[in-house]
Amino acid sequence: MTQSETPMLTVPLDALHRELGAKMVPFAGYSMPVQYPAGVLAEHLHTRSGAALFDVSHMGQASIRGAKAVELLETLVPGDIQALGLGKTRYSVFTNDQGGILDDLMISKLAEDHLFLVINAACKHADFAHLKAHLGDKVELSMIEDRSLLALQGPGAAAAMVTLCPEAGAMTFMTIAEITVAGIKCLATRSGYTGEDGWEISVANADVETLARAILAAPGVMPAGLGARDSLRLEAGLCLYGSDIDTTTTPVEASIAWIMSKRRRAEGGFPGAAVIQKQLAEGAPRRRVGIQPDGKAPARAHTEITDEAGNRLGEICSGGFGPSAGGPVAMGYVPAAFAGVGTKLKLVVRGKAMDAHVCDLPFVPHRYFKG
Amino acid sequence: MSSKRFTKDHEWIEVDGDVGTVGISDYAQHALGDVVFVEVPEPGRVVAKGAEAAVVESVKAASEVYSPVSGTVTAGNQAIVDQPGLVNEAAEGAAWFFKLTLSNPGEVADLMDQAAYDAYLKTLE
Repeated sequence: MTQSETPMLTVPLDALHRELGAKMVPFAGYSMPVQYPAGVLAEHLHTRSGAALFDVSHMGQASIRGAKAVELLETLVPGDIQALGLGKTRYSVFTNDQGGILDDLMISKLAEDHLFLVINAACKHADFAHLKAHLGDKVELSMIEDRSLLALQGPGAAAAMVTLCPEAGAMTFMTIAEITVAGIKCLATRSGYTGEDGWEISVANADVETLARAILAAPGVMPAGLGARDSLRLEAGLCLYGSDIDTTTTPVEASIAWIMSKRRRAEGGFPGAAVIQKQLAEGAPRRRVGIQPDGKAPARAHTEITDEAGNRLGEICSGGFGPSAGGPVAMGYVPAAFAGVGTKLKLVVRGKAMDAHVCDLPFVPHRYFKG
Repeated sequence: MSSKRFTKDHEWIEVDGDVGTVGISDYAQHALGDVVFVEVPEPGRVVAKGAEAAVVESVKAASEVYSPVSGTVTAGNQAIVDQPGLVNEAAEGAAWFFKLTLSNPGEVADLMDQAAYDAYLKTLE
């Protein structure tokens, strides 16, 4: 798919983004704001010190209803959806028969027979086809096209949010609730993808501009684009689908095996379970790790990782400059024997082997509101 | 009017005798966004016209800086290595990238003057 062949889709907030001076870029088929006049650096730092509003309406929203919705979704994801409480949200993945990841997603339980999903923009049609093919005649599936998605993120998000919705302050990390924000009915989760406290807010397309303007008018909130969102999630050590995880990486290799409960590990019952269970028992051949370049040069995606003798180990999956970390940060795949924190590596940047080492993730501590 | 000459890749050079000072244009720094890392050449390095001589990275991407002319590098600007953000603040001034001794001063005539560069930028809009 190229730009010339496919007309860019626009989000309902397109006019507001342009009014705010956003630089719009093609992203997953949509014209999306990559940055506003303040720039990526300022937007990133403001998200870590105050609060920023992101438009993530390109992402997919879907609902699954039916008496067997929970057990049927468990046939496609390794997460424990039965154990998920009402009003709770969980991060999970769709797997394929090889144990690879088809997409990562957020699953919320609105009722015992009603699940709400947020899926990636680039994967949403494939995800929906996958759901339809496997569950289509047993549950009621719907892709939610008439709602936008905003993310309010940062340590100042709560103070800003309670000016518009006093009861939102009582929500804790990874809970979902129907709340009224600035007089508008919304479905909000206390979550996000920056490592900071905040909310992701699903709202009717007809109301999103009014809501966005109200949130932007709240104390300390500035707009931020996809550029800052990417550097924030990288510092937070969170996976970006298509870069850090894809159909060739299993949850064990991706170091997100924590998404599987004891019961699901034991029982399996999802695509690729045998592969994943074997890796859980014996260890995965390679792992996604945090990589700290020792110098100042950023190491970007696809930078070659070698051992100290120059033997190829793998490559960087996400890397760049971390504005809050104050220097380069990266994540990459290395053989299990090189995955230990402190292991010395080399990164081949512009033909030069630069010193680096395996480090703990995240680069910037998560600051979720756990109550 | 500035005595700078410009390349289509948005480098500038200011020549004094046989010594040139090279940087990236204000247009280039604006297009790059926040500059977070810079690599400048070591003194003594021989560069050819159009060859990669330095690196400038924004939060999102890395770009090469090409030498507008052939010559031998005499200095890299440590100030922008220590403080990459200076490139955004003073691209066509204090944030020069390197100085070099020109080996073929005639090459300067191939470059655009300010008026030609401004006209060229209009074609990019």
